[in-house]
Amino acid sequence: MKFSFSSLVKQGLSDHRGWGEQWRDPAPQPSYDVIIIGAGGHGLGTAYYLAKKYKVGRIAVLEKGWLGGGNTGRNTTIIRSNYLWEASEGIYNHALNLWKDLSSELNYNVMYSPRGVLSLSHTIHDVQVSKRHVHANRLAGIDNEWLEPNQIAEFCPQINLSPKLRYPVLGGALQRRGGTARHDAVAWGYARAADALGVDIIQNCEVTGITRDNNGQVSGVETTRGAIKAGKIGVVAAGHTSVVMAMAGVRMPLESYPLQALVSEPIKPAFPCVVMSSTIHAYMSQSDKGELVIGAGTDQYVSYSQTGGLYIDSHTLEAICELFPIFRRMRMLRNWGGIVDVTADRSPIIGTTPVPGLFVNCGWGTGGFKATPGSADVFAATIANGEPHPIAAPFRLDRFRTGNLIDEGAAAAVAH
Amino acid sequence: MAYSTKQAYRTNSESRLGKETRTVKFKFDGRRYTGLEGDSLASALLANGVHLVGRSFKYHRPRGIMAAGVEEPNALITLVGRHSTAKSAIRSGRITPNLRATQIELYDGLEAYSQNRFPSLRHDLQAANGWFGRFLVAGFYYKTFKGFGFGLGRVGASFAWSRIYEPLIRRSAGLGKAPRASDPDHYAQFYRHCDVLVVGGGAAGLSAALRAGKAGASVILCDETPHLGGSLLDVENDSVHIDNKYAGQWVKSMVKEIAAIKSITVMTRTQCFGLFADGFAALSQQTGDHVPRNHGQSEGAAASADLPREVLWQVRAKATILATGALERPLVFPNNDRPGVMLASAAEAYLSRYGVAVGRQVVVFTASDSAYGSALTLVGGGVKVTHLIDLREAAAQPRALVDKLREAGVQIIPKASITMVHGKLRVKSIQYRRLDSLGQPQGAELEIPCDTVLMSGGWTPSLHLHSQARGTVRWEEASQNFLPAAPKPHLNFKLVSAGACSGRFGIANALDSGLAAAATALKMVGITDKGGATRPKVVERPISWQGHLGAVPHGHDPRRVKAFVDFQNDVTERDLLIATQEGMKSIEHVKRYTTTGMATDQGKTSNLNGMAIAAEALNRPIPAVGLTTFRMPYTPTSFGIFAGYARGNLFDPIRITPMHRIAVEQGAVFEDVGQWKRAFYFPRAGESMHDAVYRECLTVRQNVGLFDASTLGKIEILGPDSAEFLERFYINPWKKLATGRCRYGILLNEAGFIIDDGVVARIAEDRFHVTTTTGGAARVFAMMEDYLQTEWPELNCWLTSTSEQFAVIAVQGPNARNVLTGLVEGVDLNPTVLPHMGFVQGHICGGIPMRLFRVSFSGELGFEVNIPSAQGPLVMAALLAKVQALKGTVYGTEAMHILRAEKGYIIVGQDTDGTVTPDDAGMAGAIGKNKLDFVGKRSLSRPDMIAPNRKQLVGLLPKEPSLALEDGAQVVAMNNPPAGTPALGHVTSAYYSPILGRNIAMGLVMGGRAKMGETVYIPIGDKTVAAEIVNPVFYDPTGDRVNV
Repeated sequence: MKFSFSSLVKQGLSDHRGWGEQWRDPAPQPSYDVIIIGAGGHGLGTAYYLAKKYKVGRIAVLEKGWLGGGNTGRNTTIIRSNYLWEASEGIYNHALNLWKDLSSELNYNVMYSPRGVLSLSHTIHDVQVSKRHVHANRLAGIDNEWLEPNQIAEFCPQINLSPKLRYPVLGGALQRRGGTARHDAVAWGYARAADALGVDIIQNCEVTGITRDNNGQVSGVETTRGAIKAGKIGVVAAGHTSVVMAMAGVRMPLESYPLQALVSEPIKPAFPCVVMSSTIHAYMSQSDKGELVIGAGTDQYVSYSQTGGLYIDSHTLEAICELFPIFRRMRMLRNWGGIVDVTADRSPIIGTTPVPGLFVNCGWGTGGFKATPGSADVFAATIANGEPHPIAAPFRLDRFRTGNLIDEGAAAAVAH
Repeated sequence: MAYSTKQAYRTNSESRLGKETRTVKFKFDGRRYTGLEGDSLASALLANGVHLVGRSFKYHRPRGIMAAGVEEPNALITLVGRHSTAKSAIRSGRITPNLRATQIELYDGLEAYSQNRFPSLRHDLQAANGWFGRFLVAGFYYKTFKGFGFGLGRVGASFAWSRIYEPLIRRSAGLGKAPRASDPDHYAQFYRHCDVLVVGGGAAGLSAALRAGKAGASVILCDETPHLGGSLLDVENDSVHIDNKYAGQWVKSMVKEIAAIKSITVMTRTQCFGLFADGFAALSQQTGDHVPRNHGQSEGAAASADLPREVLWQVRAKATILATGALERPLVFPNNDRPGVMLASAAEAYLSRYGVAVGRQVVVFTASDSAYGSALTLVGGGVKVTHLIDLREAAAQPRALVDKLREAGVQIIPKASITMVHGKLRVKSIQYRRLDSLGQPQGAELEIPCDTVLMSGGWTPSLHLHSQARGTVRWEEASQNFLPAAPKPHLNFKLVSAGACSGRFGIANALDSGLAAAATALKMVGITDKGGATRPKVVERPISWQGHLGAVPHGHDPRRVKAFVDFQNDVTERDLLIATQEGMKSIEHVKRYTTTGMATDQGKTSNLNGMAIAAEALNRPIPAVGLTTFRMPYTPTSFGIFAGYARGNLFDPIRITPMHRIAVEQGAVFEDVGQWKRAFYFPRAGESMHDAVYRECLTVRQNVGLFDASTLGKIEILGPDSAEFLERFYINPWKKLATGRCRYGILLNEAGFIIDDGVVARIAEDRFHVTTTTGGAARVFAMMEDYLQTEWPELNCWLTSTSEQFAVIAVQGPNARNVLTGLVEGVDLNPTVLPHMGFVQGHICGGIPMRLFRVSFSGELGFEVNIPSAQGPLVMAALLAKVQALKGTVYGTEAMHILRAEKGYIIVGQDTDGTVTPDDAGMAGAIGKNKLDFVGKRSLSRPDMIAPNRKQLVGLLPKEPSLALEDGAQVVAMNNPPAGTPALGHVTSAYYSPILGRNIAMGLVMGGRAKMGETVYIPIGDKTVAAEIVNPVFYDPTGDRVNV
């Protein structure tokens, strides 16, 4: 049933008895044209675009746990596209353009809220790096503007702009189209829309093996719910991508780390935008529900534990309390962790693999949520066409062999 | 306005507060009341007959106090403090939103406000949300606000959401208001070790702590409340006797006995909010909020202001005993949220602990035996309980208690269910119906007038901390409870649960399991418990601890009534049914779709009921639906305690060089470089930054300057394989470097990109002095250790960081040698003896040992004087005196940057960004040609690393010398590029060069070295600057000036 004002009124008056399941709970079929492994936002979106734009007939999304339960449901929902390199600008801006209409596209309110993302600079080196981003983005036609401290005071008066700060705010780069969205709604919206197009979303179905025929081409998967055949397989398993890809004998250049986030108790609107400070490690926004949503850092050691160290939270809250001393009395309501898959150049891997029929989309590290629609769209094209979509092409797996890296971490290199 | 001194609901019976308690005054929502010292804000309000204390999150329904402790979902208030208005409190920064009235200790002058209502608690306009309640169900927001775009299509819809609907929703959501001024309070942090941490000071915790303490273990016993005793403080005297004492007396004797044991630390008002692997626990202790503070006082004026508000204790315990008890569950029935509907045990606690009757006419609704005891306590305290309605059959009721209640005039109604609660701001009556043999309501609805309904759905063991620490849980069918399961054997899981949180209900069970847990813990710790312990004699009522899960049979269409499951988030039975109907089958989906369990109480009273309703709707057993993950913190915990002392200058350590004071005296302006404060420039009277930097640069070029280079990283490498180690680590050849010579070293990462550089001197055959960049000091040292220990363990050499051991003063300029002459001892400065890139050891300023490098980062004749840090100021003063006599200057990092840029010397991190190879930087010649390997070597031969069109470091000269370029500006091939024009590269360093009298820049440009003389364009703001690609060495390209 289409979600609309009239259907809501109608259902409201009939005690909501008419809402159907947002997605079915199908049993796995013996075979599919395409199997997507991982029902997060990227995987579900891929299935949706495969069905919608590329008319692939029989698609299954296999999920070990519950859909949207990985990093899609655990991140701090920041959306922006002010990346440094042209390849990154390409994919993140493609995503940002899709975010704008995603609620209408999916008939599901994903609550995309362009509240502005402000990245603060605290040292001269920060300023240089940040301005480099602004210059690069403006040349590419992507909105990003430099704010001096007095302009920051106007845009986000909650920030402590005292020159007495240990690392005073020297300015910031603002992307006004940046903002937040409701993470669960993204997973559910894609799931419902994909399901409506006939995609089988199969939860509680863990992939235990990837089978290949005599030519090395993938032929299907082994799962906890039996073997399923498929000619093409797309792996979108975030922190566990290395584990799944190893089943096909592909060793991925990924490291997995726990990444934490936390929310405060809900309060009345007190914070207008998204503020990021990579120098002192503070990332914050306020959700529609009223919670302050705060991103912490990764642990220093690789792990698959969805719990990080307390000192990581402390470190983040030190920065939050310093940058926003008015929130020092706020209280942490809940803290959680996810597993992020990190590449050597801090950019994702999207594309073909050495195994025919096997495709992979991973390595989004700490910032994959913002890319969800763009990543899903170009990955669907890549799977459908068997070759990388132009926007995805720079993110090919073999760049680690050729050396054509897209190092988004690089520009934040050390200061003298 | 006078204070109401009535406290009409204060009983005469002896409460645990004692007889001699002082009357205190307080204000709630501006109204004046009195209470007793020792009250909680909730008990004081109830003493005054106030139940209505808040509004719910979504529907803004009037809400009363439901519980007496940490699990309270409704009574969230904003604590203002003492004697002030809400407005002035917001300005003072000492206002705290969302606190539970049940946990706030009353003091004289306390002031608090209700939340989430406008204009007043009794008349809240947003209660209108309730009228639309039939629409505002689970999933409402996902389904709507997408298409209302005023006919403007998708753009209109997107605009309408973010500009109209979202701000409206935001305003009605949220609870309290955040302060608008900085928090004036401070927070402390401590670390503790102990043998046994006991969490919870009830019967189980007390007996466990005492036994462990007696056996000689160091014990920390913490409890979230101000008083030890747990539920023993709440029961009436006849209900339990321990060791022939009343419960309260026994607690007192235990507290005394525990206090006498030195190895036991008792921490009350202390919440263990986080439990991690390996016995690591996080405790939050309240030290300030129950101590009144005056807003009028300036910070630090009062003694109380010196106290931290809260303290974070990070505890490493060899074993942990969880005695966290159980929480009573509400029953789910229509309008079960009306003010006056409470947990039965809460009413008992208010009477016994605080001497407060929760009402005048009480009806009890239960599915559990324990509520009979609560009713008896109330009756004994003179509270009129008219009816007790039990969901269960008569046969299931506790016979002895039934008789006692009947004697007291309570009408017992078995096999019946409350079907409706009437009254809006306070309960007025209830309706109930009998249940048939299938448990369904039958017959007429009967009404009972009452002002209070006490409910008990049974007890939920508190598994939170056990689960946080990665303990698994199991479902016990008999008791219908999740309980802690045996730990996985591979975990170092020194955790044991005792008492109700482990399903061992009742006092005898609690004491038994507490003693057993202590024995287990002592074994884990390795302490032999010689004395042993036996449980004291317990006389208690034999009751069953079973209860009811999910909604009660109320006979109404659950979609037409509001039977609350999660009170704070306004989640009803209906919402859960809709969620499952819509295909939300995982409990995690149900939770997120309905928001049940996501409020500030994190589902303490709602999770089990919610799960049971979902399980029934999905036709699956409860354990198959499963629990959601328990996460830190157990209760909301102030940001302040995590930040602790890390504020102001303590936010991050400030590193200053040994000569910092001299720089201050010389008028330096400092910049932050990592943790360092570095002298940026030294303005003289009337000089702007540009003036000062201009003068500093020219003075160095023409005369001499002093620069504090102490922040550079320094690493000493010693051992027979030192040269071999460097050979493998840096790209350069080291084996043939002669003793007494220096070489500029470049370090790559495995990907083949430059990540650090620095001068390395060979001090002896087996000893090197390595320098790194300032920012790279720690990282390079760690990387060296990593490689030495894991990749090349066979190499025989040692690394020592000496960054803090040496002060370094760069003496640069044509007059540099004249400055040093006469000060250095035992060193021949003659260029034939100490040429450029030479190194020598000697003394300076009267016997101070010195390592002298003849190196230059300015392009002028230069020396770097390394002396022990402690002697830095002395040597600096001596050098400065000579420099000043020669009319030289001290100079800062900005002049240093310009001088090096004029020479085309790179700054790693500015002219390189982690994507630059030695060849890109024009330094391929530094690579040792005959080396078998070095870090990053293999990567340098990858196809894209040797592609012809890589970005290369070049000079950029603006065609118009007065036009400045900007760091980070993009380089393109065409004038006035349209959006989307690909960049050829970017400007890495742009300066005005005083010696050249023009602007210069360096940049990374695709195929740049093959484009010498070509024109490129650099858009800056609205303008585009044309520049010529040139060799990056702008000044003295032959390098004559360093070789004098």
